[in-house]
Amino acid sequence: MKEKCSLDKLPIGITGIVDRVNCNENIKNRIFDFGIMENSLIVPLFSSPFGDPSAYLVKNAVVALRKNDCKDIIVTPV
Amino acid sequence: MFSTDKSSLKDTDISNCDYKISLAGNPNVGKSTIFNELTGLRQHTGNWTGKTVEFARGSCKINDAEFCVTDLPGCYSLLSFSGEEVVTRECLTKNRNDCVVIVVDSGVIERNLSFALQVLSVQKNAVLCLNLCDEAEKNGIKIDCDELSLNLGIPVVRTCATGKKGIDELKQKIYEVCSGKIKCFSVNRNFEGIDILSEKNYEQNIEKLSQISKKISCACVKYEKTDLNRRTKKLDKILTSKVTGIPIMLAMLGVLFWITVTGANYPSEWLSCLFGFVKEKLYILFEILHAPDVVTGLLIDGVYTTLSWVVSVMLPPMAIFFPLFSLIEDSGYLPRIAFNLDKYFSRCGAHGKQSLSMAMGLGCNACGVTGCRIIESPKERLIAILTNNFMPCNGRFPTIIALLLMFFAGTAFTLSSSLEVAALLIGIIVFCVLITLLVSKLLSVTILKGEQSGFVLELPPYRKPQILKTIVRSLLDRTLFVLGRAVAVAAPAGAIIWILANVHISDVSILKYCTDFLDPFGRFIGVDGVIIMAFILGFPANETVIPIIIMSYMASGTLVYYSSYDQLFQLLSMNGWTITTAVCTIILCILHYPCSTTCLTIKKETGSLKWTLVSMALPTAMGIVLCMITAGIMRLF
Repeated sequence: MKEKCSLDKLPIGITGIVDRVNCNENIKNRIFDFGIMENSLIVPLFSSPFGDPSAYLVKNAVVALRKNDCKDIIVTPV
Repeated sequence: MFSTDKSSLKDTDISNCDYKISLAGNPNVGKSTIFNELTGLRQHTGNWTGKTVEFARGSCKINDAEFCVTDLPGCYSLLSFSGEEVVTRECLTKNRNDCVVIVVDSGVIERNLSFALQVLSVQKNAVLCLNLCDEAEKNGIKIDCDELSLNLGIPVVRTCATGKKGIDELKQKIYEVCSGKIKCFSVNRNFEGIDILSEKNYEQNIEKLSQISKKISCACVKYEKTDLNRRTKKLDKILTSKVTGIPIMLAMLGVLFWITVTGANYPSEWLSCLFGFVKEKLYILFEILHAPDVVTGLLIDGVYTTLSWVVSVMLPPMAIFFPLFSLIEDSGYLPRIAFNLDKYFSRCGAHGKQSLSMAMGLGCNACGVTGCRIIESPKERLIAILTNNFMPCNGRFPTIIALLLMFFAGTAFTLSSSLEVAALLIGIIVFCVLITLLVSKLLSVTILKGEQSGFVLELPPYRKPQILKTIVRSLLDRTLFVLGRAVAVAAPAGAIIWILANVHISDVSILKYCTDFLDPFGRFIGVDGVIIMAFILGFPANETVIPIIIMSYMASGTLVYYSSYDQLFQLLSMNGWTITTAVCTIILCILHYPCSTTCLTIKKETGSLKWTLVSMALPTAMGIVLCMITAGIMRLF
């Protein structure tokens, strides 16, 4: 098993399993709504022209998240 | 932007109909398309989250029963406690619904199911509408409808992106559910322990629901391909890449403006010729009828002149710009703009989705302000509302185009001059965006300090817009909108201004008193009293600014009959307009208080007089200062 890291450190194209979502309350709910929660799979797809935010594939949909929020999402690379 | 028919709104008085149904679902799953198909109305649709922020109501007849249909704003969950989601939840829990049509995107079914389950926990009678089925099938997603129906305990119907297909079946199922022919059952809803209305157990609730939806989708959905949405991935590589992302965005804007400027010129000329011709005939007619001078002046010089300006100059650019803009909207490119620019919005303490409300502001600032509801956090939303007016709306845009054509491109209309105007327009839009960012930054470090909230934005797959339908629809709506506004606002404004210009007190007209009074101040900031007066009188509708200027000049003795930019240019030059005047007028046009409708909308959305006043004072002060600086610099040369 590879070492856990935060979502913003996960390389593009590598699938991660969400371990924990530590975001603060006002964004946590929204992140859950998109299906990003414990045990769900997430793949970084590409970043925007200025490097932030980045797009992720979650449950078949493409969702953009800021680096700052991704720091609080802990994933295990597969 | 919402064009729900007023007459049908009356018809659908809730008490009149036999059954009441609502459409609910995640954002951008095609609820409005389904709504339009059911009711025959023409709610605007677009391929991005948050296109519909207000409810729309309509009615439809199925068999012999009358149905009242409500299109709810899309939301990701009923459990959240933010903005538009509260509206949806209230509507589902407090109002009577004989049937809820849960619209889901077949391509993102697992996440959508979680929402469907939430709806089912407060609403027994429902129909699941698997929308965008054609798209999902293309991507190799196979959904077993019968199995899904068994799992959820409600009927399941497939529909496709463009509506039409499956709509009859959907209507039938709605009818059968409402009339009790089909009984929805809750056998497999083994999540009854969940009280979705309590905020406390949010985390456990949503996790449990997510597990259930995962289980259901494992049982009912098969994925035959692993590589989904290849076209979207390819396009995203180009449209959001480091190298090409931003240049392509600017180029698209440029092409959009160029087509608008070039294409609008000809119909504009034809229309003003036509109006000029009719005007002469009207003069003759009034003479034959022996109408008093006052009536002739008021109706022809006042009302008719203003009307013809608004229609001939305002209509063509809008009739071209908006259909094209709708195509971009339908394609799914708008959220990419928000994605591309979010870093800078974030640095300025604002939200990337602000670029979406700004894009709506290009159409109408009142719509843009309402559109700010898509931004969840109150602080960023307020910033977006207060700065929306910096985007020139369709009442101001043609004024800017006209001034650019006359003062910067030469009056001869050639390819190079149209390219020049398009380039200048990009410059102006970039300027507007920079001002917006600057003011957002200022607001977020001063009066709107606070912690930055997060940013989550869905990027939908690119979809091929229905070109013909979109263009025709948008063209008709826009034309009707401009014509309606011309009659409702421009005509009375024309009458008032004519009265002001022609009622004399000791040989000087009231208008002249006002403009003379404002003149020293106007001169100081690089314009003149007439222009300042025009912006003051233009408060109800910015479209009337140029006609007011024309009328004031014409009333002051310079009798010029204008029918083209050429003659208008002469009239303006004769009254002392220079490049400086044009530049300062454009600056004032962008930077002054919002129109009355927008002010009322801001009051409604913020619920505060203070913020409404701030939104008026801020751009006005900036406009005056900037004009002063510009005029000062220009005087040096």
